[in-house]
Amino acid sequence: MIAKLRGLVIPAILIALWEIGARAGVLPPDTMSQPSVIVVAGWHALLDGSLLLATLQTFQSALLGLALGAAVGIAIGTIIGLSPALEAVIGPTLDTIRPVPAVAIIPLALLIYGFGVRMEVMVVSFAAVWPILIVTVTAVRAIEPRLIEVARMLEMKPLKRMAEIVLPAALARIAIGIRVSASVALVVAVTVEIVLNPQGLGYGMIIAAQSLRPDLMWAELLWIAFAGWAFNTLLLTIDRRWLGRFQVGGVR
Amino acid sequence: MKRAIGLKLLAVIFAATLIYLWQMAADARLISPVFFPSPTRTFAALVAMEERGDLWRPMAATALRMFYGWVLASLAGVLLGAAIARSGPARAYLEPLLEYLRPLPASAIIPPAILFLGLTSKMAVAVIAFGALWPVLLGAYHGFRSVDPQLGEMASAMRMGNIAFLWKVALPSALPDIFAGVRVSLAIALILAIVTEMQSAQSGLGFNILMAQRSFRSPELYAGIIVLGVLGLCTNQVLVAAERHLLRWRTLTR
Repeated sequence: MIAKLRGLVIPAILIALWEIGARAGVLPPDTMSQPSVIVVAGWHALLDGSLLLATLQTFQSALLGLALGAAVGIAIGTIIGLSPALEAVIGPTLDTIRPVPAVAIIPLALLIYGFGVRMEVMVVSFAAVWPILIVTVTAVRAIEPRLIEVARMLEMKPLKRMAEIVLPAALARIAIGIRVSASVALVVAVTVEIVLNPQGLGYGMIIAAQSLRPDLMWAELLWIAFAGWAFNTLLLTIDRRWLGRFQVGGVR
Repeated sequence: MKRAIGLKLLAVIFAATLIYLWQMAADARLISPVFFPSPTRTFAALVAMEERGDLWRPMAATALRMFYGWVLASLAGVLLGAAIARSGPARAYLEPLLEYLRPLPASAIIPPAILFLGLTSKMAVAVIAFGALWPVLLGAYHGFRSVDPQLGEMASAMRMGNIAFLWKVALPSALPDIFAGVRVSLAIALILAIVTEMQSAQSGLGFNILMAQRSFRSPELYAGIIVLGVLGLCTNQVLVAAERHLLRWRTLTR
């Protein structure tokens, strides 16, 4: 408990210095508004619903992009993981596309879809697909070969074999990839909004900064940090609590 | 062996077929030339960019900003990571704050950075350095934490000073973890270099592709995306080579 409190010492000192400095007029008021004013601005934004709406928009794009990226990543990853020959053929093409930074896709997504949710989802899914794809390949490859043999003996159709044998056995590892992709998705969504998409938390910050409301801008920054932290903590908890049990019989 | 060569050939054929199909579909007007320009037009745009001098100079601007930010982040990350890992008090006081800051999207500090530093290269480098800091910091922290305790005992038995121990024993032992972090940082640095260009209208490849989109010059847009991909690929390859060179003792001792 005391150890946890020690973590609060430095932030508390920094905030106190900030408040005193701003009140004494040492810090420029047009960039560093006082912490007390920032809290008030954040509280107002929370009460009038604008902050919650922006949060909803950002998470909507991030989660849709994640879902799309996961679907594509798991599909391609399973196929490649099951067949080393196919991996040798398709892999180099994928390896060439992968280093393209997701943000370089932003102008292309804007060209195709214009402003809005769809362009953001496209950029997010491009970023989210890679961790899931890579993890899926290794997960599928690590499945006990006897499981696949059993499926063959039972003369399961390929699709049924995938749904009933391959994916459940690989799920625990794929979940790790999904967790990595989920935090990437949130970061990319905020980034797209800061660069140009007029919606969500990132856009709110840009607007606050441009309309000379540093207090609101800092409040939004703190809120984004909190949302990111809460989202990551939630994902970790889900992983620990529910995905542990899949590990018993499936992957070793 | 023969099979491996055959598969490599197939891989090339696969990629070539995709590009060829794209070309056919574009020529037959099956796909919109505005959204999906044909590969030949994209290549022509790339050549035209080079002839106009619109390729190397923006590329250098982007790469330079990315490099400065990345170097700053790597130095600060290794120092901070080592300090936090080797000192108990630093860990107790700083770790929770860092844990809270880590998931913060680096691009979210662009608005305050603009307020402080304006639309300048300095702002871009500061944002890149902040974003690229975390993977190195985590890697260095992990690396310095997991230095074999026996090495520490040996060093104190030989009366090695603290700094000599950090430099001669702990750092080499942490190097693989640091390299893992540094590589992730490099990718993040490129992303943030592009983002800050787009946000603050600084010359560079990222800004150029945004301009290409604004005026619907889609072949140029695709050409720019390809160049950015190549930049990402090449810088990563350089690091992989450096890693192999610096860590060659590992394969020798094991």
